[in-house]
Amino acid sequence: MTETPLFRYTLRLADNALVLGHRLSEWVGRAPVLEEDLALGNLGLDLIGQARAFYVYAGEIEGRGRDEDALAYLRDAGEYCNVLLVEQPNGDFAATMMRQLFYSAFAHPFFEALQKSRDATLAAIAAKAVKEMAYHVRHSAEWVIRLGDGTDESHRRAQQAADDLWTYTGELFEADAVERALIEAGIAPDTAALRASFDNAINDVFDEATLQRPGSGFMQSGGRDGRHSEHLGFILTELQFLQRVYPGAKW
Amino acid sequence: MTEKNWPLWEVFIRSRTGLAHRHVGSVHAVDAEMALQNARDVYTRRGEGLSLWVVPSSAIVASDPADKDLMFEPTASKIYRHPTFYDVPDEVGHM
Repeated sequence: MTETPLFRYTLRLADNALVLGHRLSEWVGRAPVLEEDLALGNLGLDLIGQARAFYVYAGEIEGRGRDEDALAYLRDAGEYCNVLLVEQPNGDFAATMMRQLFYSAFAHPFFEALQKSRDATLAAIAAKAVKEMAYHVRHSAEWVIRLGDGTDESHRRAQQAADDLWTYTGELFEADAVERALIEAGIAPDTAALRASFDNAINDVFDEATLQRPGSGFMQSGGRDGRHSEHLGFILTELQFLQRVYPGAKW
Repeated sequence: MTEKNWPLWEVFIRSRTGLAHRHVGSVHAVDAEMALQNARDVYTRRGEGLSLWVVPSSAIVASDPADKDLMFEPTASKIYRHPTFYDVPDEVGHM
């Protein structure tokens, strides 16, 4: 049985949300201050909520009886199809906030467009997610501005984070055969059309943050087809441990 | 690394059913915008509010606990200020 484009597409959306949500959860108990500890946990839970909705729907589309847990806990790294950006390590606080800004500055206009999908379920999930992503943009942007326009050290770290992560932003806007089929069917938004919105958001924040936007340069790619950095394996080892060791364990 | 504390802000929330903002606690934040975000993240996680205020704690002028008697004692003997001596006609119902 070959998988349908809609299944693969929905799975990508789910994997993006789960992996980034898990990354944020790694901060819980370790954030610089209590307020930010809760903020990062909140952002993570928004994403994990989105992941659940997408996984449930992906399982229905596939029709082979896999539920959200089977899709999240029982697939190996090569079967994960998240973009490389979301699996990048938390690094310092600037790296985490920069990664969040890059992702949410894309995801916010993306979900805004996905609300108009001909697929009613994707449109409904997007309608909920769009408000969450708007807050993610606001929170991460305010931090990037304060770090960039802060002390010498915070500026240096924020610039470093931007330079390190920029190479993972190109993949957000790629459209392969899977996506093009769905764009033509009116189910998926054309991400190329979201580029201007992303660029404007990043330019505004970087101007205010006194940060240099990295040049276009070489863009990493492959996560959506299962070619990942070594980081994803470590994420899944922790994320999937319980279900791998005690299959079927429940709360 | 500096260990200086960020400024403290007092947080007020107007709930779904409430008419006025109520004090709920405080947060640390570098400035007003972040104080608002921190208040949102710390105090409205369970759908508590429809509106948020944050006020720099330093802007609050507090009465001195040592002045308690001078400030509040005189009212104790003025029970006629409590509206409990009126007969409420039945037609008024529950007030």
